[in-house]
Amino acid sequence: MSLVALHTRYVALETIRVPIAVVGTVMFPVLSFLFFVVPFREISGDPVASTAAVSQLGLFAVFSVCLFSFGVGVADDRSTPWDPYVRTLPVGAGPRIVARLLNGVLFALLGLLPLLLAAALLTEASVTATQALLGAGALAVAGVPLLFMGVAIGYSLPVKAAVPVAQVLLFPLAFAGGLFIPPEGFPGWLDAISQALPTRAGRDLVIAATTGADLPATALPVLAVWAVVAGVLAVQAYRRDEGRRFR
Amino acid sequence: MTEILASWDRVTRRYGDVLALDDVSLDVPAGQVVGLLGPNGAGKSTLISLLLGLRRPDSGTVRLFGGDPRVPANRSKVGCTPQETALPATLKVREVLDFVAGHHRDPIPSALLLADLGLTEQARRQTGGLSGGQRRRLSVALALVGRPRLLVLDEPTTGLDVDARHLLWQRVRDFHADGGTVVVTSHYLEEVEALAQRVVVVASGRVLVDDTLDAVRSRVQQRRVSVRAGALPRLQHVVRAEAGDGDRWSLFTDDSDALVRELVHLDVAFRDLEVAPASLEEAFLALTARTPAPSGPSRREARA
Repeated sequence: MSLVALHTRYVALETIRVPIAVVGTVMFPVLSFLFFVVPFREISGDPVASTAAVSQLGLFAVFSVCLFSFGVGVADDRSTPWDPYVRTLPVGAGPRIVARLLNGVLFALLGLLPLLLAAALLTEASVTATQALLGAGALAVAGVPLLFMGVAIGYSLPVKAAVPVAQVLLFPLAFAGGLFIPPEGFPGWLDAISQALPTRAGRDLVIAATTGADLPATALPVLAVWAVVAGVLAVQAYRRDEGRRFR
Repeated sequence: MTEILASWDRVTRRYGDVLALDDVSLDVPAGQVVGLLGPNGAGKSTLISLLLGLRRPDSGTVRLFGGDPRVPANRSKVGCTPQETALPATLKVREVLDFVAGHHRDPIPSALLLADLGLTEQARRQTGGLSGGQRRRLSVALALVGRPRLLVLDEPTTGLDVDARHLLWQRVRDFHADGGTVVVTSHYLEEVEALAQRVVVVASGRVLVDDTLDAVRSRVQQRRVSVRAGALPRLQHVVRAEAGDGDRWSLFTDDSDALVRELVHLDVAFRDLEVAPASLEEAFLALTARTPAPSGPSRREARA
């Protein structure tokens, strides 16, 4: 257990030593909220619409942590000879993986807190305790395929490629998944594509949990398929990497 | 009987088509300083990475303190240095040391170790801002902090200036004087000479020689005399002869001056004379080709 704490502390230290990366991940969701949600009374004045807006930006915060903490973070770890050194210490893979997951949760929470604060103070968004808990659970479930996506990137690409790939995936998937603009305003063709994306399915799941909106029948199957596909890619990337690095 | 801290038993390891280790067996008993000497690509680093549990052998068994090095607990009494460039650049000296110390049950207090290695003033600096020598000292601190019984140093002084190298060597000698066991790899004879009593020469994935330092030292002072000649007579000063392209011969000798004189005295019609130090690998290949001479060392005939 103390090894988990040690490695969690270490990963966190390393992450916050590049503050701009943290600021980006932590502040982007709340900044988007302040600019694109709060000023519009028809959303911020409406309890359901503003709760939905918070939910989708919350998923964006999780998505961004998955791609950057796991995608870029893992690629960065692999690129340094420090990683093989740590593997000579008397510690197994378990504490290191758990430490990274805890850091993911930690930074996702750091991104969510200012967002929730802004939502509570500046909009009519409100949830019951049950809805909040359901929402947190939904975020975790929706994060699974996104997490695997990050891990697949981290283990298959060098850092220099992982950064642009993470960015290229983050914004289109977030936009088309309705994390910035509610998909109700999408044209038909975009909505059709959107329904098949993990970000959209995740968004619908989180919003259903926090507002009691109907969950589209496709959401859970879409999430499951993406989780399996990204999971297989992640495992393959991890195995190939072991083969290459630890020959 | 002395405890064996590390052993490789009939270990073979391939990287794709390349045979990195070919049926290697080696034991490191407690209290020894063993130098693994060999050219780049000889298999030294593979031996080390197997010992530290970073890789798995294709066949054979590697043991560290009697167990599988891939089991974390078996690595608790081994200390090794990271590469100089490996230190996480944004972390502070003290943080890196505390992190590594946190893996051990009874670590040397960080402040004590930093003072000991002259890094107290740098404790709060990020490792990225250290000089090469300071970084190396921190690496040594990382290897020592867990009070290891076995110290593993892979090319420890490559790229170090003379002062830093001597400081490091002194640390290793102190460690040994306190009863520690050391495995050190190098492709410099000088480094191994400075530290080890026992030298294991590795080349092309095999152990060529495993002997005392003095025995090995006397055998590697070889030179290669290369000439073109139709036929060669029996030559006293040749340890081993190798036919090259066409009529070129490579003659390995312990005394190139004497060999050249001999060639001249015997009136051998040679051309294109070249004398060069034999590489370590050549010296040791020559060595293994030599069968024990009945009288006097290294007086063998060239098989011309």
